Amino acid sequence: MLVELDGLAEVLALDGAVRTAVESGDAAFVDVVDVVPAARTLLLVVREGADLAPVRAALPVMSLRTPSPPTLSRRSPAGAPVDGSRQDLPQVEILVHYDGPDLDDVAELTGLSRHEVVAAHTQTPWLVAFAGFAPGFAYLTGGDSRLQVPRRSEPRTSVPAGSVGLAGEFSAVYPRSSPGGWQLLGHTDAILWDVDRAPPALLQPGSVVRFVDRDVDRDADADAGDASR
Amino acid sequence: MSIPRAALEVLSTGPLALIQDLGRPGLAAMGVGRSGAADRRSFQLGARLLAQDYTAAGIEVTFGGLALRAHGDVMLALTGAPAPAVVDGTEVAYLAPFVLGNGRTLRLGAPPVGLRTYLSVRGGVDVPAVLGSRATDVLSGLGPAPLKVGDLLPVGAPLSTLPNVDIAPVRSLTNGPIVIRALLGPRADWLADPTLLAATPWTVSSRSDRVGIRLEGQALHRHESRVGQELLSEGVVRGSIQVPPGGEPVLFLADHPVTGGYPVAAVVRDADIDLVAQAVPGQTLWISLGMP
Repeated sequence: MLVELDGLAEVLALDGAVRTAVESGDAAFVDVVDVVPAARTLLLVVREGADLAPVRAALPVMSLRTPSPPTLSRRSPAGAPVDGSRQDLPQVEILVHYDGPDLDDVAELTGLSRHEVVAAHTQTPWLVAFAGFAPGFAYLTGGDSRLQVPRRSEPRTSVPAGSVGLAGEFSAVYPRSSPGGWQLLGHTDAILWDVDRAPPALLQPGSVVRFVDRDVDRDADADAGDASR
Repeated sequence: MSIPRAALEVLSTGPLALIQDLGRPGLAAMGVGRSGAADRRSFQLGARLLAQDYTAAGIEVTFGGLALRAHGDVMLALTGAPAPAVVDGTEVAYLAPFVLGNGRTLRLGAPPVGLRTYLSVRGGVDVPAVLGSRATDVLSGLGPAPLKVGDLLPVGAPLSTLPNVDIAPVRSLTNGPIVIRALLGPRADWLADPTLLAATPWTVSSRSDRVGIRLEGQALHRHESRVGQELLSEGVVRGSIQVPPGGEPVLFLADHPVTGGYPVAAVVRDADIDLVAQAVPGQTLWISLGMP
């Protein structure tokens, strides 16, 4: 069953409510095998031959009961969080070399300079909204709204592992080499997916991600040294 | 002294031979698809013939060509596409348990009908599980690597239950036209006329694999109000028929991506997906459409 919702906040609210119901053994959801959140939809997969009617009956009641999640609050123009809720969320820092092949295209599409694109990508924290596409591939949302760019018109047949990209309202890191159409800003050495790690995915839904420009940080350290602080 | 465990040595693989079970349900939100046997019913029948549960892994052989030598006695059962099976010159039957004696060799020819043969192994192929399953997902690369010549596949300890079925008759496969039942999908309205899916025959493309089969036929056009629009990626299921802007539908099989960005115009009934997994390139496929 594919549930359509108005926005990502609603998707994540219903996703959370359904997961809680599944984990608590709610009778309406006993046959649910998989729950797949995406940008505007929540897919519920049930066991072969299961009846969808109980799920269909339980869902509308459930979404009404669900408060909108505080974690998706927009930031004030000054850049400070509107509320402090993000402080409690798991934080992940990802070091990036901003040397991606699409940096110039993104600059042109957004009307920003290359430097401003990097600054926009690093200065606003991102929230892991949901996973998809491939193991460990996390859709990050809540970043600087100036960075919304379309996918490349021609997808690449191979995007290297660790590539950091933008598409639509999202940013993401490719966990392994795969075909892809996102606009690539740079790359990271972080290991996004490791089946021998628990959990295997570095980026869990609900985590906050901060991208850090490795090259700028090094320069900043050098500057600090020059100033003999 | 411990009893040496049985093993199967791979002498030849054919085009593609993979270790499979019923996959990894419940991990889609991590981006991990279910994967598992493409023709689940054939896989399950093999497990029942050997009196074991569905967690025991077997081998999915695409278009025959597999050859294995037994190290120790191993009980096996063949189901799915009936690739001629010979043990040291003697033909062995499908849909029935048999023992491959120590040192003997099983060879599969090319199946006259169907695409995927399942070799069930009593005790299961005991390679390490990844995220709870031994299935090979060709899209994500999770699970054991495809079989290669020289592999020595350890066989797990058999259960104490003994097989009590001699033979299980099933309807034979065909390479002739097949009809599969589907329901109109969540994005049927993205097509100018989704009923065209059922109006003409489709040909299974040679560019088909465990991710999905491509259907060649009359191109399906977008509804005029949707031309140039981009669908936000959303969850898809096994059996989803996705229609990219080019108009050539893709019917998703076991290793489909967890999410897709093209509209799903129809979804094949779960009961008919195993039949699709046995369709060979060039085969004619008709879609019978129902309302959800």
